Amino acid sequence: MREQILTFLEKNSKIDLRELAILLGSSEEVIANEVQKMEEEQIICGYHTLIDWDKTSADKITALIEVRVTPQRGQGFDNIAERIYNYPEVQSVYLISGAYDLLVILEGKTLREVSGFVTNKLSTLDAVISTATHFILKKYKDDGIILSKKSEDERMLVTP
Amino acid sequence: MRNPIAEKARAIKPSGIRKFFDIVSEMEDVVSLGVGEPDFDTPWAVRDEGIYTLERGKTFYTSNAGLKELREEICAYLNRRFQVSYDPIHETLVTVGGSEAIDLAFRAMLNPGDEVLIPEPCYVSYVPCAELADGVPVVINLKAENEFRLTKQELLDAITEKTKILVLPFPNNPTGAVMTRENLEEIAEVIREKDIFVVSDEIYAELTYTGEDHVSIASLPGMRERTILINGFSKSHAMTGWRLGYCCGPREIIEQMVKIHQFAIMCAPTNSQYAAVTALRDCDEEVDKMREAYNQRRRYLMHVFREMGLPCFEPFGAFYVFPCIKEFGMTSEEFATRLLEEERVAVVPGDAFGGSGEGFIRISYAYSLEDLKIALERLDRFVRRLREHK
Repeated sequence: MREQILTFLEKNSKIDLRELAILLGSSEEVIANEVQKMEEEQIICGYHTLIDWDKTSADKITALIEVRVTPQRGQGFDNIAERIYNYPEVQSVYLISGAYDLLVILEGKTLREVSGFVTNKLSTLDAVISTATHFILKKYKDDGIILSKKSEDERMLVTP
Repeated sequence: MRNPIAEKARAIKPSGIRKFFDIVSEMEDVVSLGVGEPDFDTPWAVRDEGIYTLERGKTFYTSNAGLKELREEICAYLNRRFQVSYDPIHETLVTVGGSEAIDLAFRAMLNPGDEVLIPEPCYVSYVPCAELADGVPVVINLKAENEFRLTKQELLDAITEKTKILVLPFPNNPTGAVMTRENLEEIAEVIREKDIFVVSDEIYAELTYTGEDHVSIASLPGMRERTILINGFSKSHAMTGWRLGYCCGPREIIEQMVKIHQFAIMCAPTNSQYAAVTALRDCDEEVDKMREAYNQRRRYLMHVFREMGLPCFEPFGAFYVFPCIKEFGMTSEEFATRLLEEERVAVVPGDAFGGSGEGFIRISYAYSLEDLKIALERLDRFVRRLREHK
């Protein structure tokens, strides 16, 4: 049941719980209860909106930054990750297997703002060995949603 | 000039749906609940395989019965899903949709005058295909009070000396009815006793919502040797336009079907056959997801009908519901026509699927929830208006 609820909420956090109950063959009360429990358990951590910022006039630039760091004794990567993720302009921080250690997703208004963050704040951290910054040019699909595509029903209206 | 038309062709009645389709196509802003095909795109892995095989130039004929690789996958699939086992070489034929298999089965099995029992309401092509094969269609009118299942007694009442084939169209289009194992065991008993054959159209086999898997009559004792099992990719894998189906059955019947298929069709589309291998190998999860989505919509529809007070038995198969509209004192066709004209909602009148469908309409839930909501609001408005003016 939980997984089914989450599958729906992940796609549409605005869904009416009464409607969700009908779809899942359950009652509104049960669903609301489960949702509340999952909020308390921090399985549900928030309700975001997926926005295609390119279609707005807002200036936004997203960069993926590969960061190689020296892990610290007793702390591993957690300490350095925390120092990075506390910056509000940092959207996401992942510990990654492979050629580098941390993947940082950063949002800024301009190229200069992002490069300023990398040179002044990120590279100057003692544990950081090197960085490589990739700017996103176009988002095709985000969080499972294809952004550019609008599909039309091409089926014939009545078929046997 | 001489009359170019064969009497047999002229005698075939055009599909009742065709007439309705012509009216609908002339109109604008129609919200349809009238289609008999999935709204989902074919899984990407399947489309990708189709593209890839075109790139590699796999564009030649396959063997008449179909790619061996595909026939092997089909047999493995039928075994894993429905516990029936067939030999991919001698007992399996890949066809152009399930429809071709229906036609072939009748042509391979019927002698002039042989009777074909056809439970109605059902898909529109059994009766004309039986007639074209010189068979005599004998309709069994299924009843709403039995939730449109075929009962043992109904079958017994319809059997004569000349009965050769029973068509078993479950899960059913248009009613959504399914046959449980117990229902089928009763039918199978009669079939064996009366020495009849079954053409079992199981195209909707993946779409059942009872919590239990579809049961194929071919899996029951003594039935495999007298059953032609028909299935395909259209509904389960959202592959209608690929035109790919298949049938399995006793070697002696399949051999004759392959022969007719060889001369009429040659082989099913090669590209679709390669893509279908991927469908059976890699897409179980997508099939499950689609089934779950249909089930959710089905629950939603049933809820709305209950609120509307529109009588409808709960169907557990395919993607149709079949509500009763007798309270409005109109024929199905009148109801559907007025619903279309007044609210721009297209549904299919139940009698398009046989006389016993009169008084019902077929509503398809192969639509997104958003589309369903819009259509159901309009239907609700229409029903209210009819009741007010009664």
